[in-house]
Amino acid sequence: MKAIKQTGLSLFLLGLAIFIGTIFTGSFNLTQAELDTFLKEKNYKSEIIADELQKAIVTSEGLNIFQFSSGVIGAYAASNKHYDDLIKKYDSEKNWDKKGEQFQYKISGKPHSLSFSLAKAAGKGPVPDSTGLMWFLTFGLAIIGALMYIIPDVILLGKPGIKNNGIFLNAATNRGWIGWFAFIFLVTFYILLYFYPDYIVNWVYLVDPISKSISGNPASQWFLYGFLYCTVMTVMAIRMYIKYRHNKYQILRTTSVLFFQIVFAFLIPEILVRFEKPWYDFKNAFPLDYDFFFKWNLQELLDSGAFGLFILVWGIVLTIVVVPVMVYFFGKRWYCSWVCGCGGLAETLGDPYRQLSSKTLLSWRMERIIIHSVLIFVLVMTGFALYTFFSGQGEVLGVKTQTIQDIYGFLIGSIFAGVIGTGFYPIFGNRVWCRFGCPLAAYLGFVQRFKSRFRITTNGGQCISCGNCSTYCEQGIDVRAYAQKGENIVRSSCVGCGVCSAVCPRGVLKLENGPETGRINPTDVLLGNDVDLMNLVNKK
Amino acid sequence: MEHIVIIGNGISGVTAARHIRKLSDKKITIISAETEYFFSRTALMYVYMGHMTFEHTQPYENWFWKKNSIELKKAFVKTVDTENKTLHFEDGGFLSYDKLIIATGSKPNKFGWPGQDLDGVMGMYHKQDLENLEKYAPNNKVCKRAVIVGGGLIGIEMAEMLHSRHIPVTFLVRENSFWNGVLPEGESNMINREILSSGIDLRLSTNLKEIVADENGQVKSIIIDETGEEIPCQVVGLTAGVSPNIDFIKDSKIEIGRGIKVNRYLETNIKDVYAIGDCAEQHEGIAQRRPIEAVWYTGRMMGETIAQTICDNKIQYKPGHWFNSAKFIDIEYQTYGWVWAQTKDHESRFYWEHESGKKCIHLNYDKTTREFIGINTFGIRMRHEFFDKILNVNRTVDYVLEHLADANFDPEFYKLHEKEIVAKFNQENNTNIQLKKKSWKRIFSKS
Repeated sequence: MKAIKQTGLSLFLLGLAIFIGTIFTGSFNLTQAELDTFLKEKNYKSEIIADELQKAIVTSEGLNIFQFSSGVIGAYAASNKHYDDLIKKYDSEKNWDKKGEQFQYKISGKPHSLSFSLAKAAGKGPVPDSTGLMWFLTFGLAIIGALMYIIPDVILLGKPGIKNNGIFLNAATNRGWIGWFAFIFLVTFYILLYFYPDYIVNWVYLVDPISKSISGNPASQWFLYGFLYCTVMTVMAIRMYIKYRHNKYQILRTTSVLFFQIVFAFLIPEILVRFEKPWYDFKNAFPLDYDFFFKWNLQELLDSGAFGLFILVWGIVLTIVVVPVMVYFFGKRWYCSWVCGCGGLAETLGDPYRQLSSKTLLSWRMERIIIHSVLIFVLVMTGFALYTFFSGQGEVLGVKTQTIQDIYGFLIGSIFAGVIGTGFYPIFGNRVWCRFGCPLAAYLGFVQRFKSRFRITTNGGQCISCGNCSTYCEQGIDVRAYAQKGENIVRSSCVGCGVCSAVCPRGVLKLENGPETGRINPTDVLLGNDVDLMNLVNKK
Repeated sequence: MEHIVIIGNGISGVTAARHIRKLSDKKITIISAETEYFFSRTALMYVYMGHMTFEHTQPYENWFWKKNSIELKKAFVKTVDTENKTLHFEDGGFLSYDKLIIATGSKPNKFGWPGQDLDGVMGMYHKQDLENLEKYAPNNKVCKRAVIVGGGLIGIEMAEMLHSRHIPVTFLVRENSFWNGVLPEGESNMINREILSSGIDLRLSTNLKEIVADENGQVKSIIIDETGEEIPCQVVGLTAGVSPNIDFIKDSKIEIGRGIKVNRYLETNIKDVYAIGDCAEQHEGIAQRRPIEAVWYTGRMMGETIAQTICDNKIQYKPGHWFNSAKFIDIEYQTYGWVWAQTKDHESRFYWEHESGKKCIHLNYDKTTREFIGINTFGIRMRHEFFDKILNVNRTVDYVLEHLADANFDPEFYKLHEKEIVAKFNQENNTNIQLKKKSWKRIFSKS
């Protein structure tokens, strides 16, 4: 069994190494004809971009992706600079007409995204040429290896039950060197994905055939991300099934998040695209889905006929009615740890790191400040977006809506939700985004705290303050602080993962939906002591 | 300002301090020689097993004490001078008090076994024991086998601890079945099976004769009394119960028996000196409880109570209905009310065991009145509040079975066995009890 595990680990690392190695493979160049087709499609007005691009990437020598990228970016920069210079020149000449004319020649877009779309057409080499084989050597080996590493645990972990042995003795799960490597890898991955998609164009090639078979289109880096997300979740869900095979709540919950990720977040949107409908994830509620009310999205939905209108109505009803009503009955867990994709990744890939979330009072304070700031941010931004949509004005109070949207997209959408939210799993625990950043979680939290039937019931006086519950709370709730006082746990941040209840050695905690009366029950003297004393001290 | 000094920073002492602080602004000092801050003793095992770090076992953050102006002093109390209301420390220092609360807990029993003080022999009670274990049994290369002596709760925990690091364990139990002084036969057998199936070498009806040293004064082996068999080992865990940790009291005027003698107000024979927790001994056991109860929650309850008395609301220590819990490797155990190992004359019993052999419940009730007396539940969690209420209003066993769904506290979606349990009871007792649906209304009603 151990040998299988070791082999699995080796295969996984080999797959991972090849996956990383593919970045540096392949050669990139375009023929004149290919460039012409591209330019025709793009229909740039710039008169010099064609020449600049030709100089940079129409060559018989194979460029690697980094040279190719810098060539493309240089070409676009040169073109834009050319017109910027003209603008300056006409400006100093006070030739306003001429100056005004120049703006149409400028090309907008993020440099690395422009480079990505060219690179997607320009690649030659092992990955684009023999995609199937390379897919097997990367995804294939990593999946097989990971499963070989995970499945022997059915035997190695021993009989079903809580098996957290050695978690704080292992460098992968106690913020040791393996954890730091995982952290660097994840952070780098997200930075490449969000900001340097052209550098990972070879990875996108790997999933082109899959994308074409689902949506009919070649893959983008977002398709790659979606596919990788589903793959990682599936493999790590198998780990969850083994680890918690004695716990039906965990098994059902894992199955649920996996289903919603694969079907709702991945397959349905891609299939919608195949039928020329807007890409839409039906479970992704505003304000987590922060660009739902952006002008371009509303416009796209309105232009998509009855179906677009249906999505528009559904999106609004989801946030205003479905989400809070469900939170009233079941707590925010129905969303955060049964449906949500971010939660899904946290509960599968992130499960080995749940014990790393900080339980200090300070971190709780930080959490409340940060998450509610994000909520305010998203609401203000949406206010701007809606004003812009209805009034047609690009500015509110002298601030450009677009600028606010860009800042949110960069700071929150990319850096917080991605780079920090997932990249920091091995350091700060697996719910960094959900705990500190997610505006939807903040909104659900208000409902859960003030108007819900959900609570974690503390079982009278049975708590022995051991701290397993607090240690394994991914949301950093000091569960023990309540349990040892005999108090139910009613906290806005609780996502109802059920692990505190699972790891409790004394059967103290139970996630329940019950009547609102008595849900919050502050106590000083616990059940089991003198009845008179309990009444005396607890009468509040 | 009155100075309350508490010796011992365990659950009893700390609970007393917290409640005194809630009720007053008296000066409070907690003294401990073991650790700087309060930690949960019951969680030491999880530190060795790697489930937690030691910091996780501390229920309060380090700033908590200063914020609540509870002074912490790390010192070992050598003698108590009740005449002058002064404590003398081992390092020569001293401290005066106005009121003294002794909450020094327990220490592991040693029964004069030859070799019981060798290196590598330890209990599992203090933080220092954990450090010792880490030193002598860091892995199965340094420690090729460990022997545990004494079949109680700490013994099985220590066996589980060592087992988690793949160290082979031989577990010597004096009785002919695990913990059968407390557990009835069915439950005790279930735990025997659990221990054996985990790969622990359980030796029932086996006593320790002596512990043998190597040339460095370290454990080399143990010899079994009955057979003379020598078992090579590097670590010996002594887990044959605990007794009050009161050696420093012996020369004082405070009356002691096995523990510090206290009345129902937790007062000792000396004015302004109180004792709570594991080290306190009631003159007579309360409501069938033992005079000394080394249980987590009784320590806490005594702390809750003494704080009232100290703060001018003199109140008796009146523990409610007996309850307890534990975990035997993978099997959780809870008990509410009394289910003695042996059935008493007026009692009738009902035992149900799941086909897996890992879950059971055992009901105890009065033969004639059918009044519910207690329940043992293994592998099924039950609601404390439910049984507390049942015991308060003297419900019958039939009522309990009828409302078993209200009692269940297992996580959602767990398989329920209530129908099966009730059917078996009906069949054995010729009754016709109908299981009722779970009702929130009943669960939350006060009576």
